[in-house]
Amino acid sequence: MAKFTSHVLHFSLAPRRSPLLMPHYDSIVIGGGLVGSAVAYGLARRGLKVALLDEGDVAFRASRGNFGLVWVQSKGLGVPEYQRWTRQSSVLWDDFAVELKNESGIDCQHEHRGGVHICITEQDFAERRKYMEQLHLESGETRFEYEMLDHAQLKKLMPEIGPEVAGASYTPYDGAANPLYLLRSLHSAFLKRGGEYFPHSKVTALKAAPHDFTVTAGGATFNAPRLVLAAGLGNKPLGALVGLNVPVEPVKGQIFVTERVRPILSMLTIWVRQMAEGGLLIGESREEAGFNDATTPDVQQFLAARAIKMFPFLRDVRIVRHWGALRVMAPDGLPIYEQSAEYPGAFVATCHSGVTLAAAHALRYAEFVANGALPAEVARFSNRRFGVPTPA
Amino acid sequence: MYRRLPDAGGATVAVTINGKPFGAPAGASVAAAVLLAGETVTRTTPVSNSPRAPYCMMGVCFECLMEIDGVPNQQACLIPVAAGMRINRQLGKVEIKI
Amino acid sequence: MSAAFDLAIVGAGPAGMAAAVAARSHGLTVAVFDENAAPGGQIYRGIESLIAERISHLRILGPEYAAGLDLVKRFRASGAHYEPLAQVWQIDAERNLYVRTPAGARRVAARQVLLAAGAMERAVPVPGWTLPRVMTCGAAQTLLKSAALVPRGRIVLAGSGPLLLLIASQFLRAGVKPAAVLETRTHAWRALPHLWQFAMAPDYFAKGLALIGALRRAGVSYRRGVSELRITGDDHAEGVEYCWRGAAYREAVDLVLLHQGVVPNGNLAWSLRCAHEWHDAQSSFRPVLDAWGNTSVAGVMVAGDGGGIVGARGAECTGQLAGLAAAREAGRINAAECDDRAAPVRRELKTHLAVRPFLDALYRPPQEMIAPRAPETIVCRCEEIRAGEIRKIVTEQSCPGPNQMKSFTRCGMGPCQGRLCGLTVVELIAECRGISPGEVGYYRIRSPVKPVTLGEIANLDA
Repeated sequence: MAKFTSHVLHFSLAPRRSPLLMPHYDSIVIGGGLVGSAVAYGLARRGLKVALLDEGDVAFRASRGNFGLVWVQSKGLGVPEYQRWTRQSSVLWDDFAVELKNESGIDCQHEHRGGVHICITEQDFAERRKYMEQLHLESGETRFEYEMLDHAQLKKLMPEIGPEVAGASYTPYDGAANPLYLLRSLHSAFLKRGGEYFPHSKVTALKAAPHDFTVTAGGATFNAPRLVLAAGLGNKPLGALVGLNVPVEPVKGQIFVTERVRPILSMLTIWVRQMAEGGLLIGESREEAGFNDATTPDVQQFLAARAIKMFPFLRDVRIVRHWGALRVMAPDGLPIYEQSAEYPGAFVATCHSGVTLAAAHALRYAEFVANGALPAEVARFSNRRFGVPTPA
Repeated sequence: MYRRLPDAGGATVAVTINGKPFGAPAGASVAAAVLLAGETVTRTTPVSNSPRAPYCMMGVCFECLMEIDGVPNQQACLIPVAAGMRINRQLGKVEIKI
Repeated sequence: MSAAFDLAIVGAGPAGMAAAVAARSHGLTVAVFDENAAPGGQIYRGIESLIAERISHLRILGPEYAAGLDLVKRFRASGAHYEPLAQVWQIDAERNLYVRTPAGARRVAARQVLLAAGAMERAVPVPGWTLPRVMTCGAAQTLLKSAALVPRGRIVLAGSGPLLLLIASQFLRAGVKPAAVLETRTHAWRALPHLWQFAMAPDYFAKGLALIGALRRAGVSYRRGVSELRITGDDHAEGVEYCWRGAAYREAVDLVLLHQGVVPNGNLAWSLRCAHEWHDAQSSFRPVLDAWGNTSVAGVMVAGDGGGIVGARGAECTGQLAGLAAAREAGRINAAECDDRAAPVRRELKTHLAVRPFLDALYRPPQEMIAPRAPETIVCRCEEIRAGEIRKIVTEQSCPGPNQMKSFTRCGMGPCQGRLCGLTVVELIAECRGISPGEVGYYRIRSPVKPVTLGEIANLDA
């Protein structure tokens, strides 16, 4: 009996929500996924008092279904600002990973050794070459450099590549992290910096005034002059409460993870990567299936067949789990960063690359929120690009 | 560690366990044969190389993972012995040769 | 892919076999897939070979085991398409079963699916339980039934539940004398309200006393009310330590056999997103079922211990009910006929269930084995995550539940997919947060529920 009591006591030392008092924070962040926890950490590290509100254990949570790439080479065709923002994040990531490890004690296994986008057919290869060249032309002084590797050149780098693979594009900018350890690390670092985390706290009411937001969630109420919406697909309904149009829709992705294998994959690739613990992640689909994260047999076969074509050794490797997760997708695939004109102090941050942009979110976006203004650098991601929404 | 009860009857099947020949009872699972042969360990874990052995004998614990006829990570308690089978400890992670 | 079966059954234990017989008797086409080499499930494991090759061993195993032969014979004669060594690793939204056998993997269509995957032993997380030469009591029974193997040396049985005494007595009949039977505290007071049900099954009581008597006569050290069990050793189990009547004990061992009851082996049902509920009497989750075994997912039924522990005879009854329901669903009998034929089965089921509340209460596992206190106790055997780390993450990071816990620690991500750690993780979170396990929830279980190669998936339709 005594032992049980001590556990209850220990838990009560953690921050508890009090329905009677309304604590005041410098910022409320709604959403404890990769975007929300990165922004929350970024704010806390600047000395702000932050309440991070999160849903329960079972929610769509794109952050728990992630592939974990810090991917640069496929971003922003026709939108050089996005290429630049992504590239910046990938550069910031190097120090960010070290900082997180020092703050939280958790190594999120960041690697930054470049990456390969595999082109299976000659047509894929030709189209990719055009794509990469265009990115290069658009990059201006940021200088986007790339290499196209034909089969023979790719095989030198990756002896395990399948005989039918035409080639690949390579850039040195790409990298990866362990998305789950990243989330854990962000949460831990956030708490260590004095942040307060409230799970099982889905927002039930929101009262907005310029620089004055009162949020009711999980039976408690929170007040702050800053509000950051980082709730993924939930940003759409929440945005409406603070005059922000956030037209995001779910796009499902399915991924496999295999049994643990000794190091075999020579390089990081867009659809197959090997985690530090040995399991291989194999992805990835893009499906418009609504709010449905179920796995499907057709995609399962497609992913398996493609994986074997790229790496024949995978034929005899066992998969241990197959999951689906919902990307948070704007109509043009770009992030949405905006401050509400009607309710200044309310911000939204959404993207479908929560790992890639984690460094930028923690180290740059948090700064914008703290200072109350989004700079021209991210103007391209304003929701004004969607025009004025028609009233429902 | 284990013995077969009297009047157990039945034939034996010649297999190799960790390189040593063994006459396994026909119809027995690989895991049962391994235990009868006096082997304590079926695998070492990929996380810490700790020794493990069958725990549930019914296919839910995955401790009896062994390499059978060159195929790694097989649940030995669910596979009946066959003549000529080569049964080896699963040492940590799967090794793949290109 | 060939024509759809009227009914596909996963598991050829008592529930699956009884359902197959019932459905076949109404003319349904039935397929039964079981990952073992022969029918019988756990309880009647190896019964056909045993009777063919070593019938004298029946007296070791006892009359309840022998009684299974009749059902197995009826199952064999039923005309069901039966595949041994067949693992169903996935069932999709159209009720196709994905089956892997030594011959390859394929998809099988079915109009209705019955999950009869039975039960597995509850994990018994004590320090040292992952060492070689530590197994479940059921594992020892499996070796005895299927390969006529018995252990040698100092054998210690530890835990509680009817199976503990049963295997002890089976050992004695086989000429094996365990060194000790260490029973954790039973809950006589909690069970008292159910004693009147026990009176309906008087021979159970007598059997229990007889088993204990046999142990004592054989000179087996039988201790009740042990606690703080731990297993010691470097590369394999060498000793057990425990407390009993206020004193600490230490003994050398060659083999430790653990048991704390059985729980549903439910990953297929979870993977289909069948609604589940927390069944407090049995300290486990079970799928929500109607009176026929229908789950919340159309066309998917559960029978046997997978729907909550009912025992072998109870499993047979629930299997029959599911078979009848499948026949009604397939239009072979109408609702009135179905109810009529179900009535005697329901009466029989009631008698088999009568003793359960008493047993469940009496043998409720001790909290220290449900939610281990010693921080070094491994909870997730596959990923080697310990109780202390799990508790720390709940209390320090307010981890919302088992899925976030899985993300943060890898607990539950190994090949066993939470079968051995899931309930323990839930109970640890529940204890730390002061809420019920039902409120905590469970892992999101996904297919494949058994590992399958990429090649097998890619070549499914070949």
